[in-house]
Amino acid sequence: MKKHVFLPNLYLGLILVLMYLPILMVIVYSFNVSKNSSMWEGFTFSWYKELFADKSMFEALRNSLILALLSAGSAVVIGTLAAVGMARTKLRGAGAMEYLATIPIMAPEIILGMVFLAFFSLLGIPFGMLTLVISHTAFCIPYVFLLVKARLAGLDKSYAEAARDLGASQIRAFLDITMPSILPAILSGALLAIAMSLDDVIISVFVTGVNTNTLPIKIYTQIKTGITPKTNALCTVLFGFTMLLGILSMRKSRRDL
Amino acid sequence: MKSKSGAIAAVLPMYIFTLAFVLGPLIYMLVMSFLARGASWGITTEVTPRNYLHILQPAYLKTFTQSLRLALLTTGLAILFGYPFGYFMARLSPKSRDRCMLLLIIPFWTNSLLRLYGWMIIFRANGPLDVFLMGLNITHAPLKLLYTYPAVAVGMIYALLPFMIYSVYASAEKMDWSLVEASRDLGASSFRAFLTVTLPLTMPGLYSGIILTFIPSMGLYFIADLLGGNKIVLVGNLIQEQLMRVHDWPFAAALSVILMLMTTLFLFVYRKITRAVGSADSKLEGLV
Repeated sequence: MKKHVFLPNLYLGLILVLMYLPILMVIVYSFNVSKNSSMWEGFTFSWYKELFADKSMFEALRNSLILALLSAGSAVVIGTLAAVGMARTKLRGAGAMEYLATIPIMAPEIILGMVFLAFFSLLGIPFGMLTLVISHTAFCIPYVFLLVKARLAGLDKSYAEAARDLGASQIRAFLDITMPSILPAILSGALLAIAMSLDDVIISVFVTGVNTNTLPIKIYTQIKTGITPKTNALCTVLFGFTMLLGILSMRKSRRDL
Repeated sequence: MKSKSGAIAAVLPMYIFTLAFVLGPLIYMLVMSFLARGASWGITTEVTPRNYLHILQPAYLKTFTQSLRLALLTTGLAILFGYPFGYFMARLSPKSRDRCMLLLIIPFWTNSLLRLYGWMIIFRANGPLDVFLMGLNITHAPLKLLYTYPAVAVGMIYALLPFMIYSVYASAEKMDWSLVEASRDLGASSFRAFLTVTLPLTMPGLYSGIILTFIPSMGLYFIADLLGGNKIVLVGNLIQEQLMRVHDWPFAAALSVILMLMTTLFLFVYRKITRAVGSADSKLEGLV
């Protein structure tokens, strides 16, 4: 009987180790003395010193954060409103609109990159933060919309109706009754949107301007042209950051349950 | 009546945004794919089917078959490795299940370039993998795996496996395990019980896992780009090259239209199947 638990657990463990292996490699080599050898030649912090001395790195980080917050923020407003509106009344063409709105997360990213590049140059919108925010908002909306919609579907409508019967205005009933119950969905949608925006390379590469670098674009160009352990150091810092964010949101959602 | 106008006002922003920035660009892509390219840059107003005929050239057809083959391989291996994982995970105690989920989510939250870069380090000639294998006397010379097909395949599977795991896990977790016990009590072997009870019941999860791995794997050009060098050209790489280097935008548009059609067809088949199997809206349940 014991064998039944041991083998599956071994399998789970093995796959998990493989998942972390590449991340571990990046971290280990960020402390390597040697610049281009893959041999271990000793421990150093110098790549981190070089990283923190690089001003363009902080600029890219700032751009990435601004981009993620702006696009996730717009997506939260647009997506939540749409989900609430669609749940309230059956509108004609709602199904088709829903399909269209979720295309940005269903279609291969390269297509989005291509159509945005062509469309923005047709409209003559200068490439930079504005084009980045529009295209990131496009793929952030579906996450918020679908999550809030799913949450609303499982919601008991009679509470909001009761509030209305007792004389609450529509807006008041929404703010006091509906809002608190869909808030977890909005929050997890927002976090997911932020994570996706911070992670995006493919679409960003196409729609960014010459002077607007985001962190993923910066890492991508660094990996394509001469790799130095500075890239490793940057990746390690980024990893620490995501770890923190992930654990925080995890603890938060556990408290909500 | 008032409630209806309120609902319309609420959905309006998404309607406008979607029409302007999703439908608009897609229509423009379709139109552009039928136009001729300008002499060195941009497009002309001449209408032509040339871009589509262009795709029929053997070199480009080969790119499509190569992409499809890699996508199928990736999806197949993702099922092979991901299904047991999702299944075993659903059988853990709730506490270890939570812990396992957290361990899975952390790499998923991590920047995908970072993880890709980790594989580049591992696969480098004389890198950790070579040192490890030669140290154990399994191989005697560096494998030089970076910039080869297997490297690209590993990168793809690695990037997409979590989607498969989440989808399978989500449906295995909701499953009524007493059904399996019942079939065992009635004399089915554990293999037969799996085949006739567990597998059909986890099918919706498996389907959404297939969708979530197959569709992205057609477009993840940067994995082929970084782990495959210039040797492995996928449809995504071809589109990128036509856009950024050759500047033949109409041809890139035609390629994108074909890729989009393939994706839509796949999604359509998927919707048909899931409706038949009776799954609810499972688009996102694997993701979050």
